[in-house]
Amino acid sequence: MQQVDEIGPSTETMISLRDLRVSYGTREILHGITFDVQRGETLVILGGSGSGKSTLLRTLVGLEKPTSGEIWLKGKNIAAISATEMDQIRKKLGMSFQGSALFGSLSVGENVALPLREHTKLEQSTIEIIVRLKLEQVGLSGFENYMPSQLSGGMKKRAAVARAMAMDPDILFFDEPSAGLDPIIAAGLDELILKLKKAFHMTIVVVTHELASAFLIADRAVVVDKGHVVAIGTMDEMRASIHPRVRQFLNRAPDPDVSEEMDYLQMLTEDNRPGSKSGDKRGA
Amino acid sequence: MQLNTRRSTGLVVIDVSGEIDLASSPQLRTALLREIKELKTPRVVLNLNAVRYIDSSGIASLIEGLKASRDAGTRFALFGLSTMVREVMQLSKLVKVFEIYDNEEQAIAE
Amino acid sequence: MEELLAQVGGTVSGGLQYVGALAELSGRAAYFTFIGPFRGKPLRIQSSVTQAMEIGVRALPILSLITFFIGLILALQGAYELRTFGALNLVATAVALGMTRELGPLITAILVIGRSGSAFAAEIGTMKVTEELDALTTMAIGPVPFLVTPKFIAMIVMVPCLTIWANFMGILGGAVFGVAEADFTVGRYIQASLDALFLRDIMTGLIKSLMFGVTIAAIGCHEGLSTGAGAEQVGRSTTRAVVMSIFLVVMVDVIFTAIFFFMGPQ
Repeated sequence: MQQVDEIGPSTETMISLRDLRVSYGTREILHGITFDVQRGETLVILGGSGSGKSTLLRTLVGLEKPTSGEIWLKGKNIAAISATEMDQIRKKLGMSFQGSALFGSLSVGENVALPLREHTKLEQSTIEIIVRLKLEQVGLSGFENYMPSQLSGGMKKRAAVARAMAMDPDILFFDEPSAGLDPIIAAGLDELILKLKKAFHMTIVVVTHELASAFLIADRAVVVDKGHVVAIGTMDEMRASIHPRVRQFLNRAPDPDVSEEMDYLQMLTEDNRPGSKSGDKRGA
Repeated sequence: MQLNTRRSTGLVVIDVSGEIDLASSPQLRTALLREIKELKTPRVVLNLNAVRYIDSSGIASLIEGLKASRDAGTRFALFGLSTMVREVMQLSKLVKVFEIYDNEEQAIAE
Repeated sequence: MEELLAQVGGTVSGGLQYVGALAELSGRAAYFTFIGPFRGKPLRIQSSVTQAMEIGVRALPILSLITFFIGLILALQGAYELRTFGALNLVATAVALGMTRELGPLITAILVIGRSGSAFAAEIGTMKVTEELDALTTMAIGPVPFLVTPKFIAMIVMVPCLTIWANFMGILGGAVFGVAEADFTVGRYIQASLDALFLRDIMTGLIKSLMFGVTIAAIGCHEGLSTGAGAEQVGRSTTRAVVMSIFLVVMVDVIFTAIFFFMGPQ
């Protein structure tokens, strides 16, 4: 056993992936992902639909189990710990979901208060103040008594960020923060992420396919394609990359046409339905 | 987190040390509200010199203390804020809300 | 033949798997109801009460109406036969036994399936589709203690309560016929019903209704939790919850009625 495996990477490394593999059924989605995220860093995971980037994020927060490999979060390998230990780690992770995932039956304030009510012994009055502080930080002061259904898409996402930050997490995860928002609202969310990063020195991981957003917020980016990491580095390094897939992604070029006639014939005539149903849905 | 109370006439200085987090902030809140609401100490001064870390629940507890002192017509002041604590206060736009001093002499002087 | 057997085997093992999943979910809910509170995981009483109001109190008007008429129908059907023997005075006995032993629990269960079992599947299924369940998990809040357990508690309490009310309303329905056609007064009809009933009849009905409650909660929650991706899957889960609940409630009914029959006084 290597020394590194026993103590894990240094504590300043917040996230460390080692040869991470994830499968749905028999279909492998991620084929050995390895990278690190440092404390205070904003890492953007870039990739097209079906690249496996969402699966990667779900695995990072413990929603999917890896088939092999290691995921070190703050010095603990979450691929090899119990559910109770995972819950301890989760209390210090914040996740902002693509569709906001606010609880429709609770008001905005109750949504933000929920993790505090569940996991702390704070007084109701203290929790109310924290809720107002968090809503103020995301620009939603005075909305605590609104129901999620009364908010616009952008406001819902901000409220979800406030909820993700309720427990003062060490790491904040964003799944497609700008998905489904108009460009102006989306830019507002990028700005919010930048503000949180500067203000709280938070470690932030953002999954997106929005290049403009990546250029604005990323310290470093990871480009994922078909379940492989094809490039990793600063956005400047991405611009200079000669990797064809990175170039294609940066230039927003479509996939080339099927060139080989035989391939084309095969594509038209052979049944190539994916083996696993759930894998197909989650592949995005 | 540890609290140490130094009392003189009409004044109490509470030295706080360690980390004010989700686990310890209720203790700070209780101590503050007891001084302000029950003992009705005219002036409560919080020494944050030895505070390495404060989270939202800590900030919220301080706000509760401030609110209680305003309601009671007493004074509540802070001094010795570390860079970390000051930054958190700034982010929450609270630097101007609290009475903040650089050191103990200024904080307890009239 | 071999294929047919394989198919039968597959269906049986699939069915057993389904029942196994329900049992596992019920077991986890039971853990959070009876053992969790002693291990620092407080019961969600507020949430259970809200659910109980929804399952129980809101169902009262429609349940009263239905079981009143069921009691009346039972009296009419019974009287049709009893009349030929000149034994119309036995109609109170027939209604009382029919309601408490069978129709009270069963009609209540079917109404609760339609109102609440389907709602469980729809509510939890929607939360699954909108990633709210994932959000709970990432906040280290377990969906079973947070969502499922209050529903179990509410079901276990409310279904037997509703059943008692259903029995009463059924007897009242029968009384309408008894008074109008069989020379009963209301007081004498009620007395005749009470005379006909043994505690045993009421208890077997209530035990069945308790099991129905567990079955309905387990299926509603299980179908909700296993909803696939996409809004149309919520509809599927809801339909499945209703159909499976009715089927399994009838199965549970058969099993328990058989047990009571063979255990009863010969």
